[in-house]
Order: sequence, then structure tokens, then C-alpha cells
Amino acid sequence: MDSLQFFGFVIFATLAIASALVVVFHRSPVISALALAFNLVAIAGFYMMLNAQFVALLQVIVYAGAIMVLILFVIMLLAISNEAGLHKSGRIQTVLAPLLGIACAAALGWGLWGVGDANPLPVSSADFGTVNSVGTELFSTFFYAFEVISLLLVVAMIGSVLLAKRRL
Amino acid sequence: MELEPLLINFGKIFVVANILMVGVAFMTWVERRVSAIIQFRLGPNRVGPAGLLQPIADGIKFVTKEETLPAGSHKPLFLLAPVIAFVTSLCAFAVVPFGPVIEVAGRTINLVILDLDGGMLFALAATGLGVYGIVCAGWASRSKYALMGGLRASAQMISYELALGLAAVGVFLASGSLRPTEIVATQAGWFWHWNIFGGFQLVGFVIFLVAGYAETNRLPFDLPEAETELVAGYHTEYSSMKFSLFMMAEYIAMFTMGGLVVTLYLGGFMPGFPTGELAGWPLWALQIGAFTAKLGFFMFLFVWIRWTLPRFRYDQLMDLGWKRLFPLALANVAVTAVLVAFDVI
Repeated sequence: MDSLQFFGFVIFATLAIASALVVVFHRSPVISALALAFNLVAIAGFYMMLNAQFVALLQVIVYAGAIMVLILFVIMLLAISNEAGLHKSGRIQTVLAPLLGIACAAALGWGLWGVGDANPLPVSSADFGTVNSVGTELFSTFFYAFEVISLLLVVAMIGSVLLAKRRL
Repeated sequence: MELEPLLINFGKIFVVANILMVGVAFMTWVERRVSAIIQFRLGPNRVGPAGLLQPIADGIKFVTKEETLPAGSHKPLFLLAPVIAFVTSLCAFAVVPFGPVIEVAGRTINLVILDLDGGMLFALAATGLGVYGIVCAGWASRSKYALMGGLRASAQMISYELALGLAAVGVFLASGSLRPTEIVATQAGWFWHWNIFGGFQLVGFVIFLVAGYAETNRLPFDLPEAETELVAGYHTEYSSMKFSLFMMAEYIAMFTMGGLVVTLYLGGFMPGFPTGELAGWPLWALQIGAFTAKLGFFMFLFVWIRWTLPRFRYDQLMDLGWKRLFPLALANVAVTAVLVAFDVI
């Protein structure tokens, strides 16, 4: 990691963490949604630095450009003004949420502990992360997983259409 | 990191951004003059020769106007929204190749700011993020007209992004690449090698153009700022330079969309005939001129259509996007895939 890369990493990491904190702690749902969109773009910056430009661009198009806009649309359409009411949480949440959060952080930390510096990432080839190489991998090495996921998505799509439109 | 490529890149960005700014100013004049001619008026013709200095007068007026901040608005977002709209539309132009690789004083300069492998995806991502400027403006204004405009914009841009992206997939299949410079390179030679003819992408071209109009919020798809229903939509509450930024963002988005159409379907900077022995500066000048001419035609088309067609109704807009363009774009992808598989393209 040279100095420029480190500089970029620090910038993206600061932006990602700051926006993630805003998502969790801000009282206005619209600001939270916007901060989440910003967070997704910052994460795309990490992908870009790791030479995974195809994944980075798809991340911005699909998550920041489409899904978050829909979430914002719903929040604004419902015009949630009763902000205090949103923060009431049940008894199960107050107990379960911190426990699950700590468990999740512990699992991630445990995974990171094992990696360390002793195990550097392999040097990527020139066309790593391009559309061509990702496509080739998807349709050769990960062919069955890819097809299963697309089948899953079709099922989910049919399900959502059925739920939204009871009478066809 | 070496300094020279960095300086060359900054130079390119500086030149292109400034040309776009001048182009935006010129386009506001073109829009007002052409609309006047279409409506049997004269239009602005007093400031400078044929009214050409009118944009400068407009600019001075914008700068000196009072900045207003509506009561109850969300101030940081209200200020940020025009910036988001402006920056995203300017970023998208970075991947449009406006000329070939040229050599100046022993240095090779590629006349595209960002020559990315997934360049077309970058353009789609940047235009996709552009909706945040409009949505933020609509929400932060704390005004019902602005909010309705923002809501409409988000629904409309999501719907037409699909058709836009799928139409472009046809070109990706025909050209075998997502890199704009390679897409242009496959369309060299006579104009029947252009993707619109040689790639059998006429349907895709029409879909892309229509969806592009919706994506840039231009008539007949300017529902987010429909003045008969919403005053001025998402920028109702904006004044002075902040309003001006929204307007510049719209015009730059038009330049980007025109540039993408030219790159994808009409051979980019290729002049449409074999250039033969021509090399060096005459060739480069011809190619840059060809790109400028094609882009100019599409900019004129934007204005022409705006003052010719009436606005869609909201349900018609959604019907067109989801029930007509989207299935048509899917069919176009399937047909193109079959044609590519049988080596017709």
C-alpha cells in the first residue's frame, strides 16, 4: 500500500464511518436514508481502490442509484413527520439488538484477527475486476451459484408481484 | 506518481469543463431564440450581435439576485442539492470520448477524460446519482410543490433508467465492450458501420433517446417541474445562482446524453466515411468536428422537441416507461444477442 493509496483509504474510511454513524443516530429518516446512500458510494470507493471497478460501478448504480432512491421515495411519500414515534422499540429489541450487534462485531473481529499482515492479498493481474474478467468468472467458475441466484431472484420477483397484485 | 499525466488530466478537465460552460450559456441563447422562431416571435436579440451576449447578461442578473432561504427548510440539504445535481451531471460527461488519441509535443493525449473499462456504467451511475440533487431539493424546500416535484423525479428517473440501461446493453453486445473508446473504434469507416445501422440498433437508439429525454427531465417528460401544476417543481423555492446551478445541471445533462447517444449509436467522433490518407492534425480536427456536429444536432433536437411536443400526463409517463419501453428494450437485447450469436453483427 503506497502513500497515495493510504491517503485514499483514510478519506474513504472516514467518510464511510461518519456516514454510517449518521445513518444510525440521526433522528430524521430522510437524512438517514441520504447518509446510507452516501455510505454506499464511499464503499464503492473502496472497491475502486481494490481494482474491482465493475463491482464498484454496479454498487453505485444498483444500491445508491436505484434501491436507495426507492427507499427515499417511500419515506417522502409517507411523509413520516412523527419522528419520535419511530424510535419506540419493544422489549425484545432492547435486549436482542445489542447482543446481536456485539456478536456480529466479535465475529468480524475474529475473522480480521486471523488475517493480519502475514497473509498479503495476491497481486492482481492487469484485467482484474474488469467487466470481461468478472463475466468470464461468473459463467465458468461460479456458473452454478450464479444460476441458482438468478433462479432465486426470479422466485422473489414472482412473489413480490403476487403480493403487490392480489388479483391478476 | 508522476506529475505529467496528472497535469495533462487536469488540463483536459479544465478545458472540457470550460467548453461545457460556454456551451451551456450558448444553449440557453439557442433555446430562447429557437423557441421564439417556432412560436413566430423574435426572442432575445438586443444584447450584443443577434442577442448573443444575452447569457452573460443573464449570468450577471443571477449573481446579483437576492438569495432566499424558505422558512422551515433544511438548510444544509437546501444548499447541497444544487451542488449534487451540478457535479453529478458534470461527472457523467467524463467518459464521453470527444476526439481520437492525439499527439501534442511528443505526448500522446487521449481525448477522453476518463478512459474506464466500464465507462458506460460510470455514465449510468453518475446520471443515476443525479436524482439525489432533485430529491434533496424537493425535500429540503419544505414546500408541497417542490416535494411533489422531487417525488415525481425519483419515480420517473428510476423507471426510465431501466430502459436506458437495457437499450445500451444492445450496443454493448454489438460492440463487445463497455469502454466508450472501443465502442467508437468498432464503428469506424463508412456510416453504415455505425451501431444504429451495422449493429441493428435502430430500436435501441429510439428507446435510448426517449429514455434519455426522461432522464434529463426535458419535455415531453418534464413532469418534475411541470409549471402548470407544480409552479416550477423541485426548484420552486430556489433563487439566484442556486437556481442557475440547477439550470446548468440540466443543460450539461443534455450535453452528456447527446454525447452518449452519439458515442453509442452514431459512431462517436468517426466522421462516417473512410478518411484514407488523412493523418495528423487535419484528421483530428475532422474527427473532433464530426463529434461536435453530431452533438450539436442532438442539442438542437432537444430544443426542437421541447417546443413541439406537449407534456405527458403522469400515468401516461409511467405506462410508456414500464409497459412499452422496458419490454421493448428487453426484446431488443434478446434479438441482438441472437444476432451476435449467429455472427450477423
